[in-house]
Amino acid sequence: MKTLFDKVWEKHIVVEETINTPSIIYIDLHLVHEVTSPQAFSLLRQKNLKVRCPNKTLATMDHSIPTTPFASLKDLVLVSDTPATRQLVQMEKNCHDFGIKLGGISSAERGICHVIGPELGATQPGKTIVCGDSHTSTHGAFGALAFGIGTTEVGHVLATQCMLQRRPKNLAINLSGNLQKGVSAKDIILKIIGSIGVDGGTGYAMEFRGSTISSLSMEERMTICNMTIEAGARTGMMAPDDTTYQYLIDKPHAPKNDQWDKSLEAWKTLVGDQEAKFQKEVAINVSEVKPMVTFGTNPGMVISIDEAVPEPNKNDEAFIKALDYMQVEPGKPLSEKKVDVVFIGSCTNSRINDLKTAAMFIQGRKVAKGVRMLVVPGSESIKKQAEKIGIDKIFKESGAEWREAGCSMCLAMNGDFVPPGKLSVSTSNRNFEGRQGGGARTVLASPLTAAASAVNGYVSDPRIFLD
Amino acid sequence: MKPVTKIKSKSLVLPLDDIDTDQIIPARFLTTISKEGLGKNLFYDWRFNSKGSPIKTFVLNQDESAGCEVLVSGRNFGCGSSREHAPWALLDYGIKAVISTEIADIFFNNSLKNGFIPIRIDEESHHWLLSNPGVDILIDINELSIDIEGFKKLDFYMDPFSKYCLLNGIDQLGFIMNHKNEIDNFEKKL
Repeated sequence: MKTLFDKVWEKHIVVEETINTPSIIYIDLHLVHEVTSPQAFSLLRQKNLKVRCPNKTLATMDHSIPTTPFASLKDLVLVSDTPATRQLVQMEKNCHDFGIKLGGISSAERGICHVIGPELGATQPGKTIVCGDSHTSTHGAFGALAFGIGTTEVGHVLATQCMLQRRPKNLAINLSGNLQKGVSAKDIILKIIGSIGVDGGTGYAMEFRGSTISSLSMEERMTICNMTIEAGARTGMMAPDDTTYQYLIDKPHAPKNDQWDKSLEAWKTLVGDQEAKFQKEVAINVSEVKPMVTFGTNPGMVISIDEAVPEPNKNDEAFIKALDYMQVEPGKPLSEKKVDVVFIGSCTNSRINDLKTAAMFIQGRKVAKGVRMLVVPGSESIKKQAEKIGIDKIFKESGAEWREAGCSMCLAMNGDFVPPGKLSVSTSNRNFEGRQGGGARTVLASPLTAAASAVNGYVSDPRIFLD
Repeated sequence: MKPVTKIKSKSLVLPLDDIDTDQIIPARFLTTISKEGLGKNLFYDWRFNSKGSPIKTFVLNQDESAGCEVLVSGRNFGCGSSREHAPWALLDYGIKAVISTEIADIFFNNSLKNGFIPIRIDEESHHWLLSNPGVDILIDINELSIDIEGFKKLDFYMDPFSKYCLLNGIDQLGFIMNHKNEIDNFEKKL
């Protein structure tokens, strides 16, 4: 009896682990971006090594790239010769020197690494996928085994297409019921993190099971798997089904013709056995989940929008510090908090359905006075799709800014940031101190809650606007 | 990587739980293409105010913290991002080990690959260490022990492979590359 994790893991063992040595695991897809790879390429140069499989390596620029328009990297260097720009220049050089295809500035395939892998169809069920980014678990939504790695490991994978791993334990998250109106996948994963805590998944591979999953779109599944690291789990996985295959069938990197049929046959075996054993199991009835918002400085400090901020324990220094930083008071709901910035974007919530949801809400409404709303599509391709159906116009007419693709305000290393002390309602994944800019205060929420908060000017329950 | 055998230092205590890698090294300092020089930005937003002046109450800015190489932190140190800049920044600053009850997975793995020692210990010993800052600590990698002045000597776990690599200063890439034949054979079957 095997879990989904077991099935994918066992197919990728090059050398079995022993008491003294970890396993050597083969990697099918390596996503590379400009921030966590330069030192790995330096290592390759130092040791005179090549990239073993350039065709299994997909490179992009997302973290430190500005989301304002510019024509070429040369133009950008001319106007802004900063360390961030130099990092982009280095990325171009590294990809050129090592024969890796780069979704660079002028590429229609550029975007956030965890957005382009799936939309190109490079992310597929049963693959092992790594990236020097902790949100790599996103790709687990397709039944891939995907996890974030450090730069030393990026170097290992570039050089050998393999990495060293000890087998993690297995944690099942059983999801039942259907989402209520105004509640989304983001609220499910925030609820899970709140329930098990920010280290509840440490040492585990998380596997989502249960009847809810078949009702979720691929975008919703990606949002859930994306944030498993916020509960400490290195990966999150869901078994593929017809929704997965339908999503993939016309994607450029998806297998074609006979290869598709062959792949499909293999993918259909990627379901965890019913009686498979997990070291830990958690059950969540999603029909009881309400819109969720974080009140503190990690994603586990989260409440339903209609709840009050909890009282801290007397000795919980981190909790007290978090409330102080966020300028929130125990016993009061967040709905009294005035919003300065709303950010819709990031590898958690920047896909076409996320943007559509927010746009449909905001259509015919206005962003409240004094609120800056930034909408940042996850990729060039999403930007184009959105513009084709007029989503950009809806946002612009409401008073929001429509930007170029990138990580943007999720981590404030590209020119987009929340000013010190200001409150941001953000669809990203981390509300750590200073994450969105030094002194910035972040409330994590779904695209719908973010849009409602933008219109209302206060942290808002989207359900009050819905019929 | 240089071999690491023993670390002897006074302890530095940062008792907060869930210290994430964005606190250890904020993202805006990641626009570098090298590993060097990150120490000056370690815990930047806790060490310095908005004008760039040191915040006197922060433990790293206090005289008795100078030269401390062993950090004792609250539970779940290093959670968040996979940035290896976190252990690079700690090492560059001069901190060589962290002790807690729980240390986040990716940070833990990244640390060992750079000769930074992450140590998980039991709650009782952890509680003692948090309540007694500035004690002498001797970490012995060969014995996998921590000798704590005025408390006791205790063992900790480290997987044998990491221990071997640390003691001998071995880069783990070499281990994978020694299995080139197995990797070639695996690829042939794909």
